[in-house]
Amino acid sequence: MVPLSHYLALSVILFVLGAAGFIFRRNIITVFMCIELMLNAVNLAFMAFSRFLGNLDGQIFVFFVIVVAAAEAAVGLAIIIALHRNRESLNIEDVDAMKM
Amino acid sequence: MTLLFYIFAAVAVLAALNMVLQRTPVYSALSLIVVLCSLAVVYLLLGADFMAVIQVIVYAGAIMVLFVFVIMLLNAGHERPSHRSRLVRWLGAPIIFALFFELLVVIWDQFPPTSAAPPAHLDGSPRAIGTLLFHNYVLPFEVTSILILVAVLGAVVLAKKEF
Amino acid sequence: MATFSDTAVLVIIAAVKIAVILGVLLTAIAYTTWLERKVVAHIQARWGPYLVGPHGLLQPLADGAKFILKEDILPAEADKFIYWLAPFLGFVLAFLSIAVIPFGEGFTLFGRQIRFEITDLNVGLLFVFAVTSLGVYSIALAGWSSNSKYPLFGGLRSSAQMISYELSLGLAVIGAIMCAGTLSLRGIVDAQSGFWHIHGVNTWVPHWYVFVQPIGFFVYFTSAIAETNRVPFDLPEGETELVGGFHTEYSSMKFAMFFMSEYANMVTVSCLATILFFGGWHGPRFGPQILQIFLPVFWFCLKVFCFLFFYIWMRGTLPRFRYDQLMSLGWKFLLPLGLLNILLTSFLIALRG
Repeated sequence: MVPLSHYLALSVILFVLGAAGFIFRRNIITVFMCIELMLNAVNLAFMAFSRFLGNLDGQIFVFFVIVVAAAEAAVGLAIIIALHRNRESLNIEDVDAMKM
Repeated sequence: MTLLFYIFAAVAVLAALNMVLQRTPVYSALSLIVVLCSLAVVYLLLGADFMAVIQVIVYAGAIMVLFVFVIMLLNAGHERPSHRSRLVRWLGAPIIFALFFELLVVIWDQFPPTSAAPPAHLDGSPRAIGTLLFHNYVLPFEVTSILILVAVLGAVVLAKKEF
Repeated sequence: MATFSDTAVLVIIAAVKIAVILGVLLTAIAYTTWLERKVVAHIQARWGPYLVGPHGLLQPLADGAKFILKEDILPAEADKFIYWLAPFLGFVLAFLSIAVIPFGEGFTLFGRQIRFEITDLNVGLLFVFAVTSLGVYSIALAGWSSNSKYPLFGGLRSSAQMISYELSLGLAVIGAIMCAGTLSLRGIVDAQSGFWHIHGVNTWVPHWYVFVQPIGFFVYFTSAIAETNRVPFDLPEGETELVGGFHTEYSSMKFAMFFMSEYANMVTVSCLATILFFGGWHGPRFGPQILQIFLPVFWFCLKVFCFLFFYIWMRGTLPRFRYDQLMSLGWKFLLPLGLLNILLTSFLIALRG
């Protein structure tokens, strides 16, 4: 039987990888994909807890996280398309018009 | 069964590493799809067969298709190296490491491997999830329907060329 | 905990089943190509293949040999890994969904129940949809990796078409699932045994869901034809008939893989249509024991063959939809119709109590 801490360790590794990619990558779409990776790591934690606490509510949470991630991906990608149309670049360093 | 978990956990970690390190967005997207599918297998091993299939259909089969589409439409080629200051790298790496080790320590502390075994069987069937969803969680369900409608409208308006 | 010999027997039985079903499926695909050429030829008042073997029956073998022996071209600017990955991905996914499809009742051998399927998941129907949604990638990646205008547009159009019709496909089957009460494919077929009884009177009409779900069946089959990129929905594939859409830059074995995965998808979708709406393997049973075991498989194959023939018949008869007509059909006609079907079905089921 796989103990709970192993599932959570996997979740942590994926989350930290996603966070590292989010901080260090330059391409907008890759940054967005790292966000999705972080969401999936959290989903895994929810599922593991749902199993080990015997409560199905965790899986309902995962369901809603997936749905919200879908909505967010749609809107985010539409924003990226609009951004690309205006600036011809997918580099987040070129989107700094509001920086000091 | 436990061996399967470790195999697919390793696949997920390697694919996530590949996703973060690749220079071409299409390869990153494909690696993310591999991560999503191996996570679906892990969900299956946790007894959640409905959520595993939903993960593949919705996340790997629809959301990532959206990503791949946008990558192909915008012709995102290779990523050029950063020309910003090194501050991000010197500040970000320690924070990431600190986050990683802190989370691991918390898990090791709170959930020692010798804790009690999980309950015998969790019914992850569509019937059980549907019952819970439509009895206890009807309000969030309806609100997310409105959320999706708003997201569809927003995406259509944002991506239009001219009004 | 199962003993080693138990596990070994299970693995051997599963391996034999996989080998048999794969063999039958590959032969079926090869001869569906023959059937298509013959039927379309006869619709167009010509002969079709008749030189290779009697009535051209060895034509698939000749085609296979041609595909293997042709030169394998790799475009210079193509992305090598993805160019290689796309047809293999499509091929594997097309053959994966056959794993949950039940072909017949089963029999008992040495005290062990052996069923005519590789496995039966209790979310079997959703598994088929999951594999179908992953199949979009093979076409999108094929179009993109060829690094050329026509394949890219063909690939993007085809993917957009497939994901649009996946929606109406899913909605159409919900009515049948509500009638059956289970997502397991074997369970859905078992729920269709017997005959319809109206107020206790036995009408001799089989208890198939097509009689109570006509709208669902129509939406399902139309979406299935669009999903498998067949005429009249094959614009992404036969763009201007001069350029081949997403598989323009592919040759020999890789092209053959796209071809085979298209036919495998057709077979899968026809199998699903018989399971969901036409009672699977239910049909008249008679005769000695050995006949009673294989008769359900025969009825199943007969029904699937009828659907394949209908596919080919449509190819020979109907013209192609324009792309915007195709998309508006999917989103503005089939999707609302599917939703209406769900509403009606659930209302009627709730009324009956």
